[in-house]
Amino acid sequence: MAGATYTPIATQTLGSSASTVTFSSIPSTYTDLVLVAGASMASGSTFGLQFNGDSSTNYSRTIIEGNGSSASSSRTTSSASLDVYAPSSPYTLIFNIQNYSNTTTYKTTLWTSRTSSWLGQWVGLWRSTNAITSLSLTGGSSFAAGSVFTIYGIASA
Amino acid sequence: MSPILGIYASQISGHLVTNNYSSIQTVTVGSGGASSITFSSIPSTYTHLQLRAILRTAGGSSGGSQCQITVNGDGGSNYSYHRLAGNGSSTPTEGSGNNSYAYGLARYPQNGDLANDFGVVIIDVLDYANTSKTKTFRSLAGYDANGSGQVQFASAGWLSTSAITNLVITDQSGFNWAQYSQFALYGVR
Repeated sequence: MAGATYTPIATQTLGSSASTVTFSSIPSTYTDLVLVAGASMASGSTFGLQFNGDSSTNYSRTIIEGNGSSASSSRTTSSASLDVYAPSSPYTLIFNIQNYSNTTTYKTTLWTSRTSSWLGQWVGLWRSTNAITSLSLTGGSSFAAGSVFTIYGIASA
Repeated sequence: MSPILGIYASQISGHLVTNNYSSIQTVTVGSGGASSITFSSIPSTYTHLQLRAILRTAGGSSGGSQCQITVNGDGGSNYSYHRLAGNGSSTPTEGSGNNSYAYGLARYPQNGDLANDFGVVIIDVLDYANTSKTKTFRSLAGYDANGSGQVQFASAGWLSTSAITNLVITDQSGFNWAQYSQFALYGVR
């Protein structure tokens, strides 16, 4: 029986700049998570996405990107987070974190991000079969006051 | 700085709960694997469809694979596709062609790739029930295997004005879908 399936779980609006944004106690009742960030940087141009507080080298990602005149593809392996690029101007990021609560597969995330000159599509792997119960955006940069972060849950039949 | 903990939406008065995105059917592959995934009798009551999946084959060596989607049982040469893919090291490659199925919309590991690793794909099927337009699929997809993998943008056309009522998803090499692969079809109003 079809029903409402795309539900906001939690949202944060920063009242002041913050170097870390964490969503914890994420319920396991959905199939996929979607994290939407409408943000700008107070400092820095990259940050990391981590799951369940895991800062071990269990992350890797592959990217395809273009700048209007050339295209390239690159990869990082065995990283301490999924690295995310952010432009100096305000931006929107949408992360699709699929089958986040199963305990049998590694977890894969799709997202699109850009810098001031590049736009890229990314796929990132977290090599853990643990269900994702928390996620953090962290890693040296700082999000500006007014940045808004929302996670949604998508439930399947 | 200390982490800022989230405020749960259920604690916010007046938060949005949308009824415009609905689950139609989900198929999770069991221990025996599955040679194909079928969504049949898809209702025409939505404007768009979205297919979200994690997927992997139960056979094959390594290097990933791609899927084929047959619409309404049409095995004629009525499909086309375009794809831009990156493998993490080489210059991105573009592919296109005409086929007897919608091709190239997903990338995912084979049995010999990194264990427990599944590819992901999000496919939008736009205006699928319209009977005056040909149909377009668009997808974001990929997998990463900590040293290998692919990420891509793709689109495919089904050159028919019939409403889409049936989708069959198979691996291009005919391998079974691996256990825990999951295909979830949603309707968007």
